Amino acid sequence: MSSRDTIFKAIRQGLGRGPLDDAARKQLDARIANPPQHIRATVDDADLVARFAQRFESRSGTTERIASLADVPAAVAALAESYAIAPSAVVGTALGELAWPEGWQIDHGAATIDVMLGVSLAWRGIAETGSILMLSGPDRPITHNFVPETHVVVLPVEHLVRHYEDCWVALRERGQGAPRAMNFISGPSRTGDVEQTIELGAHGPRRMHVLILG
Amino acid sequence: MEFRSPEFKTRAVHALHDANLQKALSNTKAGFVVKRAQAAAEMPEFEALRDTAAEIKDHVLNNLDHYLEKYEAAVTAAGGHVHFATDAEDARRIILGICKKANAKRITKGKSMVSEEMSLNEALIGEGYEVVETDLGEYIIQLADEPPSHIIAPAIHKTKDQVADLFAAAHNKPRKTDRAALVAEAREVLREKYFTAEVGITGGNFLVAETGSSVIVTNEGNGDLTQTLAKVHIVTSGIERVIPSLDDLSVFLRILARSATGQETESYTTFSTGPRRDGDIDGPEEYHVVLLDNGRSKMLGSRFQDMLRCIRCGACMNHCPVYGSIGGHAYGWVYPGPMGSVLTPLIKGMDGTYDLPNACTLNGRCKSVCPVRIPLPDLLREIRHNQFRQDMTPKRQKQALKLWRYVAERPKLYHFAERIGVRILASMANGKGKLRSLPFDPGWTGARDLPAPTGRTFLELWQAKRGDK
Repeated sequence: MSSRDTIFKAIRQGLGRGPLDDAARKQLDARIANPPQHIRATVDDADLVARFAQRFESRSGTTERIASLADVPAAVAALAESYAIAPSAVVGTALGELAWPEGWQIDHGAATIDVMLGVSLAWRGIAETGSILMLSGPDRPITHNFVPETHVVVLPVEHLVRHYEDCWVALRERGQGAPRAMNFISGPSRTGDVEQTIELGAHGPRRMHVLILG
Repeated sequence: MEFRSPEFKTRAVHALHDANLQKALSNTKAGFVVKRAQAAAEMPEFEALRDTAAEIKDHVLNNLDHYLEKYEAAVTAAGGHVHFATDAEDARRIILGICKKANAKRITKGKSMVSEEMSLNEALIGEGYEVVETDLGEYIIQLADEPPSHIIAPAIHKTKDQVADLFAAAHNKPRKTDRAALVAEAREVLREKYFTAEVGITGGNFLVAETGSSVIVTNEGNGDLTQTLAKVHIVTSGIERVIPSLDDLSVFLRILARSATGQETESYTTFSTGPRRDGDIDGPEEYHVVLLDNGRSKMLGSRFQDMLRCIRCGACMNHCPVYGSIGGHAYGWVYPGPMGSVLTPLIKGMDGTYDLPNACTLNGRCKSVCPVRIPLPDLLREIRHNQFRQDMTPKRQKQALKLWRYVAERPKLYHFAERIGVRILASMANGKGKLRSLPFDPGWTGARDLPAPTGRTFLELWQAKRGDK
């Protein structure tokens, strides 16, 4: 008997029953297709952007409001200058064609070990916790989110939702199942592994800046 | 991981006298305990979320075969592979096979307690692979050649100076004493490992049947680099970790970090669903999930089924006075503290684990903070009961209990013995109000005094006060 069969047999033995009948299976499948709506955290803020920014900044992230996508290169350049980061970045093509200032090197490929700056488009922002949701795809390489020391994320306000659950609704509407990778990111990388004292930039980005667009 | 639970008593005594360990453990209370209390107090829905989480887990466990089938089908549809492993040996065989096929030399690892259950590192190193733990805490204890002492803070027993010594010896660089410099040095060393490893192994906090996703919850981002940059990603998890839908997952995301570290959320919650897709320019080319049973299926339908609700947050050990005094190593296996004292006898057997459920004061703090409301003290008592039934209780303890029972069932004799007892203790205290040592249990008074009775029993005082007899 295969390990799989052994385990399934043991599970059913433990539960004191055989395989579930068709009716029971249908009921469970319906629960997956139409999941129960559980209790959520109360998010009654009138200003979701303010809540998002306050929560995200409470974990050492930074935010900035910009008016249009065309403002992204200037905002990134200003940030790079203030932290003395060289004018070079990996940028997902999901952000479209951006007019970068002269002297900037822009790469749309996967992040390599020496990349210091990444610029990405968020798929959703969650006001509840002040988190962003990133999806993977050819135009949204996942390495951009983790390899660079500084990560800038563009979050369009129309994609800022209240709860995690709102992301699931949008994801199901998108209709392609789950992407290969999906990340909720809630601030810079951190560790408390040396004497329970928080240090930033353990392995992922040391610095995270969200450009709230709109 | 080596099984050293039979040495619990000697290791506990050793831990109590380890000054570095005691210093490190004293940080836990101010850290995890206070922060969890704050996080729970700030969220009005927290208690209701705990109830819901327990209900979801119970629902899954009662239908575990179906949800595992659904999960497996969804992973397969996304191009991944699910492997079922009955025990640690089976799991090692599967993973060694995948690594061999991948022609691996270097393997990076995110934190996984299930892989500790499998003794996976030992097996991989034995076959000549270079294994690099990438969670900072796991990396520190790998350098120290020690097992984890906490399920979410594996190096909680190490002081900054000890970390500095370990890094100086391993990295061939000047010794750093600044915390930020130590973290930066590990970042630099491990970065190169992520980019050159052929296989990346992570755990799986949750497995979502709806989408076929494995989910990890981290603060460092090491798990993400591990699984994104290697050609092959292997997830190790337990069969009980599956949940039906993304909406069910949301409940757990709201209680896990709050219970574990007192955070509203960790930095990263990452979902992996199969290998790299058409057109993707990064991500692993192969995706495997190894699901370990290792005694879990036997708990289903038993008095211990509730234990399978565990989401491995570590709150029970953070709040346990015994864990707080002796740390995790004394318990001698993968899972320390209250949850470990239930799991270890159930997984490793009753032999050699006698002391674990008995190293508990039944104070109930673990139960009061468990996010999925596992009745840990009841389960520990149940294991003690099993030990008694299997005649494992030490003879002296049994005789003492029998004697106590004999007396307790005879109230007149009980009160008589009590009256004699308190008078003897009072005269031994000699008016000082306390006893510095006890004749039958000198260990108990080794580090504290026993307050001495005044010379009359409670019943005598009560009757005198009421003026009747």
